[in-house]
Amino acid sequence: MTLRAMRETVEAPVPLDAESQDWLRDLRAAGPAHEAAVARLHGVLLKAARFEVARRRQALPDLRGGDLDDLAQEAAADAALSVLRRLDTFRGESRFTTWAYKFALLEAAVKIRRHSWRARELPLEPETWAQFEHPAPTPTVRAERAALLAAIQTAMRSVLTQHQRQVLVALALNGVPIDVLAERLGSNRNALYKTVHDARRKLRAELEANGFEGGW
Amino acid sequence: MADADLSLTLLRLLGPSEPEIGCDECFALLDRYVELELDGADADGLVPGLRAHLVGCPACAEEHESLRALLELDGRS
Repeated sequence: MTLRAMRETVEAPVPLDAESQDWLRDLRAAGPAHEAAVARLHGVLLKAARFEVARRRQALPDLRGGDLDDLAQEAAADAALSVLRRLDTFRGESRFTTWAYKFALLEAAVKIRRHSWRARELPLEPETWAQFEHPAPTPTVRAERAALLAAIQTAMRSVLTQHQRQVLVALALNGVPIDVLAERLGSNRNALYKTVHDARRKLRAELEANGFEGGW
Repeated sequence: MADADLSLTLLRLLGPSEPEIGCDECFALLDRYVELELDGADADGLVPGLRAHLVGCPACAEEHESLRALLELDGRS
């Protein structure tokens, strides 16, 4: 059974809770009620964006308090646009504020990742395989580990396309955030993750074909 | 590099072995999943494939952690 089919067997229409109904009614209203609801929404989103900036501030050592809040404000404003544009997609499967929070958290997280990498070149090549050449607890473990790593390197050269290899090296070996790589490549997170997913599937199949069992 | 780092890198290279959803679908389902988690419901059974995606995608995993932490903070205040 596919993931989608599994979900369809358990999903049922969910009635909106009273608070979510109020949010939708007010945001869809005209005039002062709408303006008040948008202001309230902005407050909810700003709270979430500030929360995310505070959690990730160690990734932004060059930004001070006012700059950090500017980033949170930008994230909240962008999130408000997304929420209002997608209002009709809210199906009440969570509280409205939970649904709205995720837009602000996403906007803030993406801005933080991009800011922290803005002046850095992306290390697409070469992979840093040398870092794995360290002592293992026992000779047997060392030999197994060396064989697995060698097989992965061989598989990456033999079964992956150049694009798959570059994306996997950047994300998995060199720690480039997926949003940063997507921006530099003119792509998006979902498309790059699909590339990673396909590359991983090829690698696992190749390893299994060469006698390596799962559980790595 | 410690063994834990090597294991993490192998996970980053080879990904989760279970079926998983993609980033867009994860974002669409994340609010429901986190509320189910915090309610003590079977989030993984009701939203299949999302947990495996969080294992394979560090960015979505960060956003999941943040949403969960923010809702927990709301619950305490």
